[in-house]
Amino acid sequence: MKRELFSFTGGIRFDDYHKRESTRQAVVAAPLPARLVLPLHQHIGEGGEALVQPGDKVLKGQPIARAVSYVSAPLHAPTSGTVVKVGDEKVPHPSGLSAPCIVIEPDGEDTWAPRQSHARDYAEMNPSALRNLIREAGIVGLGGAGFPSYVKLNPGHNPVETLILNGAECEPFITCDDMLMRQRADEIVKGSLIIRHALGARQTLIAIEDNKPEAIAAMRGAVQRLAPEHTEVVSVPTLYPAGGEKQLIYTLTGKEVPSDGLPVHIGVVCQNVATTGAIFRAVYHGEPLLSRWLTVTGGVAEPRNLEVLLGTPVDELIRFCGGKPERCRRIIMGGPMMGFALHAHDLPVIKTTNCILVDDGRQPDLAGRQYAMPCIRCGACADACPVRLLPQQLYWYAQAGEFDRCQEYHLFDCIECGCCDYVCPAHLPLVQYYRYAKGEIWKRERERQQAELARERHEFRLFRLEREKKERAAKRQQKKAALAKETSAQGDAQAKQAAIQAALERVKAKKARQTRENTPPEQGDS
Amino acid sequence: MNAILVLGILAVVFGLLLGFAAVRFRVEGDPLAERINQILPQTQCGQCGYPGCRPYAEAIAIGEADINQCPPGGEATIEALADLLGVEPKPLNEEHGVEKEKRVARINEELCIGCTLCIQACPVDAIVGAAKQMHTVIEKECTGCELCLPPCPVDCIDMVPLQTDIAHWQWPAPEPSPALEPRS
Repeated sequence: MKRELFSFTGGIRFDDYHKRESTRQAVVAAPLPARLVLPLHQHIGEGGEALVQPGDKVLKGQPIARAVSYVSAPLHAPTSGTVVKVGDEKVPHPSGLSAPCIVIEPDGEDTWAPRQSHARDYAEMNPSALRNLIREAGIVGLGGAGFPSYVKLNPGHNPVETLILNGAECEPFITCDDMLMRQRADEIVKGSLIIRHALGARQTLIAIEDNKPEAIAAMRGAVQRLAPEHTEVVSVPTLYPAGGEKQLIYTLTGKEVPSDGLPVHIGVVCQNVATTGAIFRAVYHGEPLLSRWLTVTGGVAEPRNLEVLLGTPVDELIRFCGGKPERCRRIIMGGPMMGFALHAHDLPVIKTTNCILVDDGRQPDLAGRQYAMPCIRCGACADACPVRLLPQQLYWYAQAGEFDRCQEYHLFDCIECGCCDYVCPAHLPLVQYYRYAKGEIWKRERERQQAELARERHEFRLFRLEREKKERAAKRQQKKAALAKETSAQGDAQAKQAAIQAALERVKAKKARQTRENTPPEQGDS
Repeated sequence: MNAILVLGILAVVFGLLLGFAAVRFRVEGDPLAERINQILPQTQCGQCGYPGCRPYAEAIAIGEADINQCPPGGEATIEALADLLGVEPKPLNEEHGVEKEKRVARINEELCIGCTLCIQACPVDAIVGAAKQMHTVIEKECTGCELCLPPCPVDCIDMVPLQTDIAHWQWPAPEPSPALEPRS
């Protein structure tokens, strides 16, 4: 029976996906570099906190940073060696800024830390313990966004009907998921059983774009062998961005994820196939996330996929594939649609790096940006938008700085897929306008919160000053009263004294009078 | 006659109702000043000529002050105020200062003599310290009002721009293309 599929609006069908170049050779491990640079922050959410210090010896798989909050992930040493630095290094990020990193010099021994396999007993573990296992393995979404996986595996009170494995890999040039499905189909299917157990999902759909027939065949074979029930490999039409989470869910189920909701709210959880493979390795072999598969393609002599330790510098990979990093016009991390140009050659591979795309100036499909011309209001962007937004309206408002209006036009539903940008005949950098507008809105929100804090603190200060003034006044009053009392007490004593004195005087006077009266006038007698 | 009676009774009833509502749902304070205060940046710097943001908001509400006297808020605040009050936005009055990027105070701890004068000047209590002890600014709570600068007897407070880290970095606006410039 053929499954009914739904097609989302918009999207782009490219003439050439450039996937053949990098799928000709089997995947091999990249050579061990002299230095591994591991940023503490490699995913959405908060970065980790370093557990090691310079000089520490670490074993392969040993945790070197711990998660600090719910949406955060630990980090492990990709190989054995010595920590030489814990501090700021340049990281792969569109800003080109530095961030805290752990730098390890490998000793070449590749000695593992102790590992524990749960291959036999994971089915008896409760979902929470299983989630913890996956959390401790530092696994984040390997498809590109890098959301910590265990968070997605916690459906809360929402019943999960369907687990979708995302093997669409819709962006041109990228083939690492394709190769993984061809070469490690069994691991992915076993991983899907683990996730299904954690979620209590009823069925698993493995979605693969129909331009990857080898991957579809390999996955169908693995499903037949390992999980013939409740698991289905679905071939979806090749149409960028079919691998976008919300687009893929709509394609398979016909259900739309609400604008401010999550897939789990409609009973669906989506995981990338590479993430699923990493979960398999964590549970079956006790291996945390130490390496990943990625595509090196574009302007290199031998485009191919490599298994790369996290922290490996990009330029070594390019050299390994016969490219010249110094001569590149741009090195793009990610694909041509959603990737970003690196600011240096020697930046490290991180958990979310799925592709190193080399632009040596001879790639016709990586021509780079042309001069922007005025918008001719053709509406091609609205036709291409897979989220059914109005890119042109968003552009006008973002350009004019009317960010409230941008929000009214649902700017935050934009997935930055770049379709509008790609079709724009005026070559307007539309996505950058949206990213800029989003940044401005976040900044204003931060400023508003800060202003609120300042207002509260200022009001409290006024209250405090008032209170202190009152307290001082009260104290003064008290002192005055005490003083008055004292003086009045003194006055009393004086009055008493005076009264006594007066009484004494009176008595004295009386006595004197009496003696005078009692004494007969001698003068008369004499 | 009946009509007059009915209307008269209605008038009395509604009058009582309104009178009751006026007492029952009485709004404390001036809601307009409150709303203006919400827009102001709460720097509490006094550059507008009023001792803090709320007094300035009250002054705007009674029409005593103009909307363009707040340099820290800059253009965005003026626009928001103009929007709220239904008047035309106007450029910032330069007499009160110019719009600058946000900076925070930092005390040079080598030079600080612990006189507490800056602590007394800070409108948001963002400086900690005690007499003859070194003082320091809580960067997160500093509004950048510069009120601590004049009282410092040893000039040990500098205004430094905020460092952008990756968490606070944002995409810049696209550079205007030469093709988009209006032709002269």
